[in-house]
Amino acid sequence: MDIATIVQVLESTLRLATPLLFACLAGLISERAGIFDIGLEGKMLMAAFVSAAIAFVSGNVWIGASAAIFASVMLSLLHGVASITFRGNQLISGVAINFLAAGITVVVAQNWFRQGGRTPSLSGDARMQRIDLPFVDALRDVPVLGPVYTILSGHAPLVYVAFLCVPLTWYLLFRTRFGLRLRAVGENPAAVDTAGISVIGLRYGAVAICGVLCGLAGAYLATGLSAGFVKDMTAGRGFIALAAMIFAKWRPWHAMWAVLLFGLLEAVANRFQNIEILGIGIPVQAMQALPYILTVVILAGFVGKAIPPRAGGAPYVKEH
Amino acid sequence: MVLNDSQMRQETAASDLAIELRGISKAFGPVQANKDISIRVRRGTIHGIVGENGAGKSTLMSILFGFYRADSGEIFINGKPTEIPDSESAIRAGIGMVFQHFKLVENFTVLENVILGAEDSGLLRPSLARARGLLKDLAREFELNVDPDALIEDLSVGHQQRVEILKALYREADILILDEPTGVLTPSEADHLFRILKGLKEQGKTIILITHKLREIMDVTDEVSVMRRGEMVATRVTAETSPTELAELMVGRKVLLRVEKPPAQPGAEVLRVESLRHVDSQGVERLRGISFGIRKGEILGIAGVSGNGQSELLEVLAGLREAEGKVLLDNEALPLSGAGCDGQARRARRIAHVPEDRQRRGLVMNFHAWENIALGYHHDPRYNPSPWRMNNAAILRDTTGKMEAFDVRPPDPQLKASGFSGGNQQKLVLAREIEYEPDLLLVGQPTRGVDIGAIEFIHQRLIRLRDAGAAVLLVSVELDEILALSDRIIVMFDGRIMGERMPDETNAQELGLMMAGMA
Repeated sequence: MDIATIVQVLESTLRLATPLLFACLAGLISERAGIFDIGLEGKMLMAAFVSAAIAFVSGNVWIGASAAIFASVMLSLLHGVASITFRGNQLISGVAINFLAAGITVVVAQNWFRQGGRTPSLSGDARMQRIDLPFVDALRDVPVLGPVYTILSGHAPLVYVAFLCVPLTWYLLFRTRFGLRLRAVGENPAAVDTAGISVIGLRYGAVAICGVLCGLAGAYLATGLSAGFVKDMTAGRGFIALAAMIFAKWRPWHAMWAVLLFGLLEAVANRFQNIEILGIGIPVQAMQALPYILTVVILAGFVGKAIPPRAGGAPYVKEH
Repeated sequence: MVLNDSQMRQETAASDLAIELRGISKAFGPVQANKDISIRVRRGTIHGIVGENGAGKSTLMSILFGFYRADSGEIFINGKPTEIPDSESAIRAGIGMVFQHFKLVENFTVLENVILGAEDSGLLRPSLARARGLLKDLAREFELNVDPDALIEDLSVGHQQRVEILKALYREADILILDEPTGVLTPSEADHLFRILKGLKEQGKTIILITHKLREIMDVTDEVSVMRRGEMVATRVTAETSPTELAELMVGRKVLLRVEKPPAQPGAEVLRVESLRHVDSQGVERLRGISFGIRKGEILGIAGVSGNGQSELLEVLAGLREAEGKVLLDNEALPLSGAGCDGQARRARRIAHVPEDRQRRGLVMNFHAWENIALGYHHDPRYNPSPWRMNNAAILRDTTGKMEAFDVRPPDPQLKASGFSGGNQQKLVLAREIEYEPDLLLVGQPTRGVDIGAIEFIHQRLIRLRDAGAAVLLVSVELDEILALSDRIIVMFDGRIMGERMPDETNAQELGLMMAGMA
């Protein structure tokens, strides 16, 4: 394997990890506040469709991304109304959002564009342009630094935003008042309530942030990673993000490494479609299944005990 | 404006008051939890509020802390009429509350819990630094020492309670409400708490102490108000009242604080325990060679600070834990491990067990009363006419009878266990175990969290069981209870027996020393 191949795989790892990272941080913030969210998948899918559709119509990818965030936040708030205000079951509400998104996106896409449930291909300003970091050409041939810099350069802006979100999330959670309260409400909402802070307000706040991040995940997926929306294009990424979050034990930096691992597996599977190990040909499907197999392994608890936030999944009912 | 004399007096009187409630009423549906309650709490005093469970104490305090809004009535804080629609306003009015079940975030540090909700700014660092300094001062001043960087889950219950007090003081509370603060504390932790409270009082803080333990009221309060069935029935200066009077006011009738007990008529030895040893799942040796015997018709009390092996002893005898050593029941060995060491086998040998934690071990809280009455005795042939069918009607009938015999209120066999008060839950468990006429009753903390009226009843039933010829092994952390009921007392400390005393030849001081391992 030559350096060029490794660079290629790692570049692709960063790109593939980006939507996972957004979704993983989204889930992390929501669950830290005590709201389980298995609707990450649905929100991402909805955002992917809305971003592609609006970007195509307006010809501007950023208008598309804004619309995606709006749509995703709306679904988040729906989840909030069901599970915070009406104290419904968070898992069921999340499942409902997944089904809703899977259905609506295809139906509306077919009705608007008549292309079998997909949006037309995006090009030009309707797609996210890659940005080159300064001096990338000059540094290309420097040993070690050169390849690393090449890997980091030439991605869509949202890739950088996603990785910037990791320290931001960490700082928000562990160094700010909002973060302290958010974590407290996921562990013991009664403590927050008796401290005179609104449990409901905090949880809506967390759910809204989750919506924004899922919106970015979807927008990047449809307008950055691909050039348009296709049916079910999230392909379980929302659930992989959840697995990564559990793997990371709800910690932002660990979440980044977890999604990079998933991204790497996906990148490897894409690059090496047919490989032979010890003379036995590994079918391409087996390679593509790798991230999902890892998901199952993680969720089955083979990676040590993961303790979720203690009040997670439980609606808060005031008692004294 | 010129005030006349009586107005002047009222003004000064009012400004002496930290809290005044006038005509507070609160109903939950058809239940009137608080009826026209008025109370005046003088500044810089410790004011006790006593009453049975369900008397409305907690509701009243929840109104004061903004958890509920009163249907009618007025609240005055430091003489000023104050609206308290939520906890935030209560905190702003200088009220701090220490709940019976702590409101702490278990995996946060002490500091994080203290500043939660009272942070100075958007960033945590300055608040944490300020809190650290303040905690150091408070620790020095009031014996409120806790490691600021410890996680709550690693702290003892007593220390967790200190964190709750620190939280209130950090919010500059002038008025501190404590709801049943000693229910979870060991006697020495309780003493420490009272020292803290007295220190706070000297600093001019006002403290409201909600409890049903009259001894605490007599020891630490300046004034005491008594509630009964949602009403405020009396307020007394503590020095001018007595436990007997308070108990009467609480229950509304004469109460025997010390039950009448004819002398025991002990018969043959029922149970003999020889060098019993037990190592728990953490590898700690909980019982280090215990030997004693119990005879028919006697109550053997086991005193000790909780955590000194009494619970383990009880559970070993009940077949819930395995142990080494020898236990003879009617001169026949009881298996201490393997087959034959379980609750069912013990019941077959006529040993009944009233566990210490009735909600976790004694009852299934989600089951109806009648289902709970059958638990453990569900193999009874009367309940099982055939292997394929349980006779629920028979269990229901039986339950009705047992509930009547033990005065369980409400006498509704269809009510879930969680729907009964603590005292009535305990009566359910006792009814189930005692009505089977055991030869040996193992009973742990029979009156923990139980009303004074129910305590009297439970004590009478235990004595009646003894007089019927059964042996009773009583484990309790309440010294008063041990002294009132036991015919013989054994004190346990650190898994060993410190000594044996007769109740009329000892006193609380001597037993207290033995419980502390000094004697």
